[in-house]
Amino acid sequence: MAFNMDKSEANGGANAFNYAESTMTDVTFIDHSGESRKVPATSGMTLMEVAIKHQVPGIDAECGGACACATCHVYVEPEWMEAVGQPASMEEDMLDFAFDVRPNSRLSCQIKISDALDGLRVHTPVRQS
Amino acid sequence: MTDHDDAVIKTDALIIGAGPVGLFAVFELGLLDIKSHLIDILPKIGGQCAELYPEKPIYDIPGFPVVTGQQLVNNLLQQIEPFHPEFHLGEMVVSVARHESEQGIVFHVETDGGKRFEAKTVLVAAGGGSFQPKKPPIPEIDRYENTSVFYAVRQMESLRDHHVLIVGGGDSALDWALNLQSVAARVTLMHRRDEFRAAPHSVAKMRELVAEGKMDLLFGQVTGLEGAGGQLTAAQCKGMDQATFTVPCDRMLPFFGLTMKLGPIAEWGLNLHENLIPVDTEKFETSTPGIFAIGDINTYPGKLKLILSGFHEAALAAQKAHRYIYPDKRLLFQYTTSSTSLQKKLGVNG
Repeated sequence: MAFNMDKSEANGGANAFNYAESTMTDVTFIDHSGESRKVPATSGMTLMEVAIKHQVPGIDAECGGACACATCHVYVEPEWMEAVGQPASMEEDMLDFAFDVRPNSRLSCQIKISDALDGLRVHTPVRQS
Repeated sequence: MTDHDDAVIKTDALIIGAGPVGLFAVFELGLLDIKSHLIDILPKIGGQCAELYPEKPIYDIPGFPVVTGQQLVNNLLQQIEPFHPEFHLGEMVVSVARHESEQGIVFHVETDGGKRFEAKTVLVAAGGGSFQPKKPPIPEIDRYENTSVFYAVRQMESLRDHHVLIVGGGDSALDWALNLQSVAARVTLMHRRDEFRAAPHSVAKMRELVAEGKMDLLFGQVTGLEGAGGQLTAAQCKGMDQATFTVPCDRMLPFFGLTMKLGPIAEWGLNLHENLIPVDTEKFETSTPGIFAIGDINTYPGKLKLILSGFHEAALAAQKAHRYIYPDKRLLFQYTTSSTSLQKKLGVNG
């Protein structure tokens, strides 16, 4: 994918993860100030889990992934919206508790990483709660 | 009886937080003849289990292959029933102070609701801190908080004859829209979409009032506030189609659910580390002797934020609490399976 060329991130230590059994992909989180962090992700993890594992700021995930708190809100870059898909109705309900919800808003605990999302780019909001 | 103020509630143990760990502490303390009162900021028992995931299955409670948050809370309530714990709900502890009295060390604890307690020992089982309303990241909203913007309604009368903008689409937003509709000069409900998570009968009632012209319903999100000196005059809003519009109002009530904040715990004089309370792993006691911290709120080398860890911590803290409350009594370790004395306390031995 075109986004593999991104060179703006500084998380050099993150490629220490190397699970022989699972496929590794890269995802990029861009915070509200424009700083971007590219981190490795394993298929099957949720995007929220990837963020927590790599201590990506801007994702609070208070409820630990139960789709119960809306503090892992992200904006999916428009090019990725189709691959990521639309929120289910439970997630749409929970987005009512998020702020500045846009058509590309998703809760990262409900996005499962797969090969199809290699290179995914999402933006984190100013504040989760 | 002593000549102390009757308004002060006296207890052996005061447990701050009525989540699963606080509840199980009642059990472990109760077996040692220690009577407990519990305080929680939520209006219901169960902490995160009840507030965040009542219907979600939990898979790592020993002996329960699967149990929902609410089932676990219900089971714990049944388990601690023999010890008659007393609950003080919807109250936030604002201060904890250590005092020396003629009977020894006691702790004076006060809530935001004005309740006062005198406890021989305090167990902080406050999880992630206190649940507090989420505040929308609207620029300068803090300038209007508590004068024009409120996250809870204490007195409906305070909103009489005001133009009230209620923001949100859940039960709180709908309930207050319906309740205030007859009190306020005008109620406007704003939600980001034309779907509501609230109880269907509330939604139906709201739509009825809107159809009758008795209140307004708008779709959008608040992006800015207009006013001066804390007095709101209008809210700037954006629809889902990105069109902007202004809603005149002098009161705004945002209802976006709850979030966990450490809250006043930081002011109780306990040592803290990254918003957690360091404890030892023998007694789970804090830097203040007589105050324990158990469950997600504490930290120690190897800490796991699991409910089962909190249960273990409650059992060990209770042992040490016994030494404070009954300094002259020797504590015999006993099993509930075989001890007639424990079985009597549990009400299972005639």
